[in-house]
Amino acid sequence: MNTASVTRDTFFAPTLGKRIAMIGVLVYVVYAAATLGLSLERVEKGIGYGARFLAGFFPPSFTETDILPGLLESLQIAFLSSLFGTVLAVPIAVLAARNLMPTWVTWIARLIIIFCRSFHPVIIAIIAVKAVGFGAAAGIIALTFASVGFVGKLLSEAIEEISLKQIEAVRATGASFMNVIAFGVIPQVMNRFIGFVAYETDSNLRNSTMVGVVGAGGIGGTLFSAFQRFDYSFVAGIIICIIALVMIGEVLQIYVKRVFR
Amino acid sequence: MTATAELQRWIRFTPAQRMARFAVFFVMAAAIAWAIKTIEIIPEFLYDAPEQVVDMGKRMWPMDWSHFWPAVWPALIETMHIAAMATILGLIMGIPVGFLAARNATPFPWINAIARFILVATRSISTLIWALFFVAMFGPGALAGALAIAFHSIGFIGKMFSEGVEEANKGSIEALQAAGATRMQQIVMGYWPMVLPTFWSVALFRWDINVRESAVLGLVGAGGIGMVLNSAIDLIQWDRVSLVLFTIFIVVILIEAMVTQIRKRVI
Repeated sequence: MNTASVTRDTFFAPTLGKRIAMIGVLVYVVYAAATLGLSLERVEKGIGYGARFLAGFFPPSFTETDILPGLLESLQIAFLSSLFGTVLAVPIAVLAARNLMPTWVTWIARLIIIFCRSFHPVIIAIIAVKAVGFGAAAGIIALTFASVGFVGKLLSEAIEEISLKQIEAVRATGASFMNVIAFGVIPQVMNRFIGFVAYETDSNLRNSTMVGVVGAGGIGGTLFSAFQRFDYSFVAGIIICIIALVMIGEVLQIYVKRVFR
Repeated sequence: MTATAELQRWIRFTPAQRMARFAVFFVMAAAIAWAIKTIEIIPEFLYDAPEQVVDMGKRMWPMDWSHFWPAVWPALIETMHIAAMATILGLIMGIPVGFLAARNATPFPWINAIARFILVATRSISTLIWALFFVAMFGPGALAGALAIAFHSIGFIGKMFSEGVEEANKGSIEALQAAGATRMQQIVMGYWPMVLPTFWSVALFRWDINVRESAVLGLVGAGGIGMVLNSAIDLIQWDRVSLVLFTIFIVVILIEAMVTQIRKRVI
């Protein structure tokens, strides 16, 4: 009875390839941490600052006259950009679907979607602030671009995955192109589409609290200026409001999805 | 015969469902109407927007390529480091929270609730706001940026993970329990192999997002290519702005193509 020859750690032992990959990741982490200027004393100092910082958060102050207009403006930006973004994204998504359109059309539509997706909303917001000045309009433009990219990509992928048999059946009745879209495509992608739009509104709500940092309207501007005058208790108040708003948005999103399932 | 015709009439939704749908549409329409009515937009600014855009376009062309090697390239490398480190750190912090938030791996409702709150809270504070914090803590630079994105990623990674864990097959966990495995062993030997595909897809997806996010960190002084962008905008050097934007565009497309290829082959 030689039971000792089978030891526990021989099971699930990492293979040579896995070991090399792990060591590779470790070496990279050390190298990258060095280039980022990570050192123990810096972390130590930073944690000291951080503690003071967190102490400055208490008690959070809610100056209603300052927070409420900003929050409402963020909401307005989120709603309108979701509306415009969705309205623009639907035709672009249809044009980008390779199973409905000739190749050259899909490429143009795809390029638009890729362009909208590549840039972070804040970068587009900077450009938009230059074009239409400070305020909510710039925020709406920035988030509309982001929405077109997001909804456009997911919806075009959803359309590409539909069953072509139904399309063929609708076509066989002599339906026009618009009829094919209305009775062949839309019923197949409607549920997923609602999911995308709900998610999109949620993400616009989150981003609309951020674009204010570059002057494109919403609560972000209030937050940024509070930061710059070291008014940390007000910062804490604003952040609590943002978290609450996003949480409400997430709960609502779940309910809306349940209604349309 | 009317009675049978009545019986055969097919109604897709129950009245309650119809009411719920109507309520959603009504609230949506009301919200949009309220937003349009009350939003403050100065129309005078909108009138000359096309002129402004054309003017900007003219100043952006041709791009200032002499700026690429001395400034944009090093910043780009720094951005890539920020994104990679942030993804690794985010995974290290997000995965445990994800396990704590999953109801089947952690059967204590109050721990689930706390973990879920951490997930929502880290996600709803945007990268730029995290960056403001960490710049105040560690001073301006890439370290603050990497930490900012890492903390913002916790929410996304943890949420995806907890969903993956909750979908895990119960049978093999029960087998492990029957063999007397501790909770830690159940996680390492039971849940982990099952969520491994989720792990890879989340890691790749988040890395892709993080590259985009790290491009804006420079606006609040947290390092990366955004610093170059910010200084070019502040100095009104639009030909350099366009160069940075073009670089970001190319990098993002390359990364997306790469991620799609890896996904096709591995996952």
